[in-house]
Amino acid sequence: MDLGLSDEQHQLVDSFTNLLAKASTPEHVRAAEPGGVDQALWRTLRETGAVTMGVAEAHGGWGATLVDLALVAERLGRAVAPAPVIEAQVAARLLAAIASPAALDALGPVLAGERLVTLAVRPPQGGMAALTPAGAVCDAVIVLDGDRLLLVPVSDRTRRPVANLAAAPLADIDLSPSAIEGAAATELAAGVEAVDRFEAALDEWLTLTAAALVGIGSAALDLGCAYAAERTAFGAPIGTFQGVSHPLADDATHLDGARLLAQKAAWSLDRDDARGRELAAMAFAFASRTAEAATYDAIHVHGGYGFMLEYDVQLHHRRARGWARVWGDAEAADARAADARYAGARHTTTGAR
Amino acid sequence: MDFAVDAETEAFRTEVRAFLAEHLPAEVEERLYVTGESHDDDFARALGERGWIAPEWGPEERPLDPTHAHVLEAELAKAEAPFYAVSTGAMVGRVVAASGSEDLRAEILPGIASGEVTIALGMTEPEAGSDVAAVQTRARPVDGGWVIDGQKMFTTNGHAADHVFLLVRTDPDSRRHRGLTTFLVPLDRPGVEVQAVRTISGERTNITYYADVFVEDRWRISEVGDGWRSLMLALQDEHSAPFSPHLARLLEAAEEWAAAPGVDGTVPLDRPDVRRRLARAATELEVAQLLEARTTWMEASGEVPLAEGPMSKLFSTEAIVRNAEDLTALVGPDALRSRTDPTAVVGGRIEHALRFSLGTTIYAGTSEVQRNIIAQHRCGLPRA
Repeated sequence: MDLGLSDEQHQLVDSFTNLLAKASTPEHVRAAEPGGVDQALWRTLRETGAVTMGVAEAHGGWGATLVDLALVAERLGRAVAPAPVIEAQVAARLLAAIASPAALDALGPVLAGERLVTLAVRPPQGGMAALTPAGAVCDAVIVLDGDRLLLVPVSDRTRRPVANLAAAPLADIDLSPSAIEGAAATELAAGVEAVDRFEAALDEWLTLTAAALVGIGSAALDLGCAYAAERTAFGAPIGTFQGVSHPLADDATHLDGARLLAQKAAWSLDRDDARGRELAAMAFAFASRTAEAATYDAIHVHGGYGFMLEYDVQLHHRRARGWARVWGDAEAADARAADARYAGARHTTTGAR
Repeated sequence: MDFAVDAETEAFRTEVRAFLAEHLPAEVEERLYVTGESHDDDFARALGERGWIAPEWGPEERPLDPTHAHVLEAELAKAEAPFYAVSTGAMVGRVVAASGSEDLRAEILPGIASGEVTIALGMTEPEAGSDVAAVQTRARPVDGGWVIDGQKMFTTNGHAADHVFLLVRTDPDSRRHRGLTTFLVPLDRPGVEVQAVRTISGERTNITYYADVFVEDRWRISEVGDGWRSLMLALQDEHSAPFSPHLARLLEAAEEWAAAPGVDGTVPLDRPDVRRRLARAATELEVAQLLEARTTWMEASGEVPLAEGPMSKLFSTEAIVRNAEDLTALVGPDALRSRTDPTAVVGGRIEHALRFSLGTTIYAGTSEVQRNIIAQHRCGLPRA
């Protein structure tokens, strides 16, 4: 067992930390609301290789592992970065994994930074991919339509951006043939393969989102701890009161556990381990609950100030919920973990409840 | 980053399991449960023969590195093996090795390592609880030794052990951490009285009384007045035993219940709420194991898990309590059937877990004490 990072991973973390410290400050995050994307940041991230790095070298990428991407995702979460990195990474990896001529055709412009392809993490219902992450800014979306995995072009005519809690670039996307008109959908896979590919991509999205949630929660915890150490009330720093310090200690503990679990899930998926799917769902469930609690406590510690938009901690509170629930809540992930753990499973779920 | 356990460590785990199969037969397990004892002479000696008791002060080079020690403790805990007196003995051995006289080391350490000498802990007191430095038990110097008066709480195995490790006040005018001294006291000395204390989990512990108990000066461990400092120094690398195995045992019991058809013929695991709640318990087990693994990994890497050790203890024990509560509720009315009742669900292991869980968040440092340490060392918050 080795829980440490390699030299390359330390460099990776440092480079994204530095980039985000300059290009994803709270001012940038606020300025990008409500649309949810800072175009300059997104361009810088793409040029740095944030999307390309995750694709196998054989398909023109840098062959980063999911563990590497999870380390990056945590930094993105810490900075609540207004850029659709995780969705773009997962969709690009999905196209590379399918590796059919159609998929590789679609992958080319993605790696060239010309097109943004996203993933509808929940299968569409009634011809609508609702609240699709990065849907407001994507050029195309990959959806699991029954047992067909489709790449569907998206335009302003077929999407309706949705103002939302997290100020994320979400959109309801109309997938009906009449809406798409001439721009035909491409079938990427069908039958069992389509479902398997989608579920594998979802495992990755859940894992990377879990890592991002750890980052969101950790940044909020840091804000809460710093405030509690400095703010005085009743003649003492409020951090000396156990009613204040103990929830923060619990959050610190749970965040460490959530980080380890997200990294283990990523490591497990990298190895095609039999427990990969179960661990990915567990990581999402635990990180989701943890980030919700940590951001709540961080706001609460600030007292009335935590409720003010001027304080940064509210940025984390809203994203701790919004980034996760576009797929589902922690209980939906519990159910997915159970299906994987107790396989042979008469109950299978795809996407959220 | 590598979460895999290496083959050599897995081989050691297999060896420990084979040892348990040989030395912990079902009838011993049953007897220990009924009596509430946490020690068995034969089992302790068998551990000693393997060289599994002695840490770094043992007769040979320390046979177990932190990773192996963790595997051993985890497997013993999972099997509910009677090793509490062994572990308290090993802990006291560390203190004796660090600050005891040469004569005392020679007299006591080999017996601890072989499993023949057992030592109970006499640290906390009726009025002390987690605030161990609030010790009131006193030792006053007399010709040739010391006379001890006072009482100690939760001296588990005090009725069966050879010695009790005492933290006492030798300077009557001192306060708090100053003026304390550590002793090893043979429990057969006149004036020692052991009274059984029965607990909600069935474990037996004791309150021990000391009335004019005389011990020769050679039983003193620390320098006079230096007891607290030498205790902390000796134990700074000592971390609480792993608790996640108890959670693993609970989850296994609940999964066994869920997989079998009930009286109405339905299988609980077919119910979505059962599946979700079991998965949630399994997730918390995963986290508990990871936090423990990190503590062990840090130790093996030469780091001191100052906040990480308490995080592990806090999370694992709180998770045991939370899940024992939730899983007994999940099983429903049948979870009320006791372990001693032949109709008990999965041998009453879930009912027992609910009882057992309550102590875990208290002994070896309450959850509140752990949170104080984490708040200070991880969150950077000022001390109260």
